[in-house]
Amino acid sequence: MTVLAFTLLILVCAFGAGLLGALTGLGGGIIIVPLLVLVFKVNIHYASGASLISVIATSSGAAAAYVREGYSNVRIGMFLEVATTFGAVIGAFIVALVSPAAIAVIFGLVLLFSSYLSLRKQPSTRGTHPPDRLGVLLRLNGDYPTPQGKKSYTVRRVPLGFVVCYCAGIVSGLLGIGSGALKVLGMDQAMEIPFKVSTATSNFMIGVTAAASAGIYFHRGYVDPALVMPVMLGVLFGAFVGARILPGATTRYLRILFSVAILALGVEMLLKGLTGKL
Amino acid sequence: MADVHNQWTDERMDQIISVLLRTGVLLACAVVIIGGIFYVIHHKGPLPDHHTFQSEPASLREFHGIVKGLVAPVGRNWIQFGLVILVATPFARVAFSVFAFFKEKDWTYVVLTLVVLSVLVGSLFGK
Repeated sequence: MTVLAFTLLILVCAFGAGLLGALTGLGGGIIIVPLLVLVFKVNIHYASGASLISVIATSSGAAAAYVREGYSNVRIGMFLEVATTFGAVIGAFIVALVSPAAIAVIFGLVLLFSSYLSLRKQPSTRGTHPPDRLGVLLRLNGDYPTPQGKKSYTVRRVPLGFVVCYCAGIVSGLLGIGSGALKVLGMDQAMEIPFKVSTATSNFMIGVTAAASAGIYFHRGYVDPALVMPVMLGVLFGAFVGARILPGATTRYLRILFSVAILALGVEMLLKGLTGKL
Repeated sequence: MADVHNQWTDERMDQIISVLLRTGVLLACAVVIIGGIFYVIHHKGPLPDHHTFQSEPASLREFHGIVKGLVAPVGRNWIQFGLVILVATPFARVAFSVFAFFKEKDWTYVVLTLVVLSVLVGSLFGK
């Protein structure tokens, strides 16, 4: 295969990953890494390097739109970024301490968990509750636009959300993914922030989280320009198109399909890691 | 009234962040595409091996090496420079937030944002 053919092939696959990642809300990184490792036989370090960079691009690109529309909460994002960036640096350091096979096993487990998270029913409504003291102190409570006008919300269980985001940071630095699903888990489930605000704020945080491990990835040589170029451009463009068609798309079946695909990739990664056939 | 004032600055901060992020990503993409074109045109011979991890030459790992390489139309170098711009975008966003919270006199968040910025800058020295 020529360099041009290889580049175009990766570009098309990355586009698909970015498109699906945006439509299902799971992000492109979680699918591009197993795709590169399992199908294209790319070394897991190069694959996570390429994914980490793409994640910064899509997050920054999408955050630009979300921030303007008023969904993301800059204070919640900033506060939780303290946790995610610390975690991301720790995660990037751990990469050097464990074998590629171990990383594949962890990746497999994260894929299985993400699949479970995405198939589970989303809680629809929540009762009102008194504002959390720490939330008030940190001015985390806010409002967001709905068809019925601005709706306000109060946050709960701030320390728990902080710890979950710290873990999300470690996963991000270790695997080179955005770990948006984990961040949303921390905000939506632990802190009871409205889902829409959680996803938008998570997106906003992903770029900064990934940037905290990017320097270490560069230094170690995980960022290979020849591979990152098509992956980053493809995922970014795919995510852009995905975000455009998202309002009119029925994502329920797509989500189920995607979850099953992630489940299969997770099992495959797990097996490859456990048998050492990488 | 103080709240109304803060609302306005918060919204303005959001607007500027939005422009900042979009500019960074577009600029990075432009440089990466230029590099990609150089790379695809000039790279002859077999496909680079991505299966075994061999790290990258120092000129593609360190900032000064990447910048020095920009004098020639070497694709890999240009792509890498585009990626540096991309990674710098969140840095710029956080640095701007420090300034914005300072203008709002929100000292808690000035400190929190400075912590994030320090972690980011500190990570550049990690190996």
